[in-house]
Amino acid sequence: MLGAAQLKPNVPRTEPAATAVSIRNLSVRFGDRNNEFTALSDVSVEIPEGAFVTMLGPSGCGKSTLLRCVADLVHISDGSISVFGRSPQEAREGRDFAFVFQDATLLPWRTVLDNVRLPLEVGKHAQTGDHADPHELLAMVGLKGRENALPHELSGGMRQRVAIARALITRPRILLMDEPFGALDEITRDRLNEELLRVWQETGTTILFVTHSIPEAAFLGQNVLMLQAHPGRVKEFMKVELPFPRSLAARDTVEFIKVTAHLRGLLEECL
Amino acid sequence: MSQVVSSRVDTERKIALLDATAGVFARHMPAISAAMGLIVLWQLVVWVFKIPTFMAPSPIDVAYAFQQNAGILWTNMLPTLLEAVLGFFFGNLVAILLAIWFVHSSTAEKAFYPIAVFIKAIPIIALAPILVLIFGNGLAPKIIIAGLICFFPTLVNMVQGLKSASPAMLDLMRVLSASNSEILWKVRLPSSMPFLFAALKIAATSSVMGAIVAEWIGSSFGLGAVIIEATYNFRSPLLYATVVIAAALAVVLFFIVSVIEARMIRWKPAGSH
Repeated sequence: MLGAAQLKPNVPRTEPAATAVSIRNLSVRFGDRNNEFTALSDVSVEIPEGAFVTMLGPSGCGKSTLLRCVADLVHISDGSISVFGRSPQEAREGRDFAFVFQDATLLPWRTVLDNVRLPLEVGKHAQTGDHADPHELLAMVGLKGRENALPHELSGGMRQRVAIARALITRPRILLMDEPFGALDEITRDRLNEELLRVWQETGTTILFVTHSIPEAAFLGQNVLMLQAHPGRVKEFMKVELPFPRSLAARDTVEFIKVTAHLRGLLEECL
Repeated sequence: MSQVVSSRVDTERKIALLDATAGVFARHMPAISAAMGLIVLWQLVVWVFKIPTFMAPSPIDVAYAFQQNAGILWTNMLPTLLEAVLGFFFGNLVAILLAIWFVHSSTAEKAFYPIAVFIKAIPIIALAPILVLIFGNGLAPKIIIAGLICFFPTLVNMVQGLKSASPAMLDLMRVLSASNSEILWKVRLPSSMPFLFAALKIAATSSVMGAIVAEWIGSSFGLGAVIIEATYNFRSPLLYATVVIAAALAVVLFFIVSVIEARMIRWKPAGSH
């Protein structure tokens, strides 16, 4: 329980069920008029504050695109997204969210500590707002003592932990994660899943998590947003009826297997 | 008692130093013995076939030439070194600035990259007389030619280096609302360093070559001028000595760049893939 209170998002708490992300009739099209490709079509979903939502779907369903729209990395063709009542651009400039990529994207010439501190050095909000203690964050993700290591000296799992610490340094209200553990081996991935749930419970941050693993989606999410492809649209927004805190052992229960079986069935229908 | 101890420590230190020196020799033994072997072979060939000195001097003749012409070699090495270093500095500086401009403006890249290629395509030997006609016989045309030789490899490598930052890295900086100059200083420039140093190592040796070639065209000073003079007067030992000095100069510049590189770049590209 390392400094849990200190890591809470630095905003006055509004009503418990405030909406973190509201997506209305969102469409995204790529390419020009002759060769147009619809990545997302008429997607609407409401993500409550403090929720952990996993996004699952076959490849090409636009789950990453949806996440990148929220992060203001992809241009919206139609519809709207509001992040705590603001446009994605305003939310980005106000540091409402942080993004964790599949690749850890650490700057290889910077030490672990300096990588975690990067968000404090750039952007209009550099140095201003209060932030979490980088040493405390590194201890929370289990990297105490490796502050001065360079990224190439760390394993893939450790690098991704640094990326998560870097994302948490500004105490974001939302954490956007795009298959963050997709490139890791299963053992590392399971451990990081458990740790991410712990971080979520300690910080109260809203998390949007894209994955292509059914067990991961079921284990992490309070809700699973299932998308289907061609064009990308919402298949189902389902609640995962499993109690928290969840441990890895929960994966062997009948309830868990029922959830994954249901998700697998939905995925089959998408194909 | 304490004297005994200190003298023992002293001996140990001496032994350690000897060990280290021996280690350096041992590591470079193949290169050293190969070089010595070739020099001995050269001496033998000159002796056995009675080759006249003006045609190809023996290593011993060259050693004498060093001793007899030490003054001439020294006073002519300094201007060549100055030209090479200044050419290296300005040629690379212009290349780096141009590369930064190219990366931020594709119009600039489209407009000037072909011109840079064209200038590179002109043989340096052909360019030297033109520059001498324009700038006269002083240091300026030599510095320009040394700079031009450095310029192109650095431009090409630097453009590639500045573009080597991964798309995910740039996405990260965008999510952090970083400005263009922050992206340049925090991501693009550091990630271009290995590319830059690869070019600088080429430039270090070719800048000396550029300066010497420029000195061939009607110059009265510099190693290039000594080479021309020694050739026309059949002073072959002096010619060879000058060539050795020119090569040593290039090797020293290369070595300096390599040492700076080793100090500056301690990281490796992240990712086990």
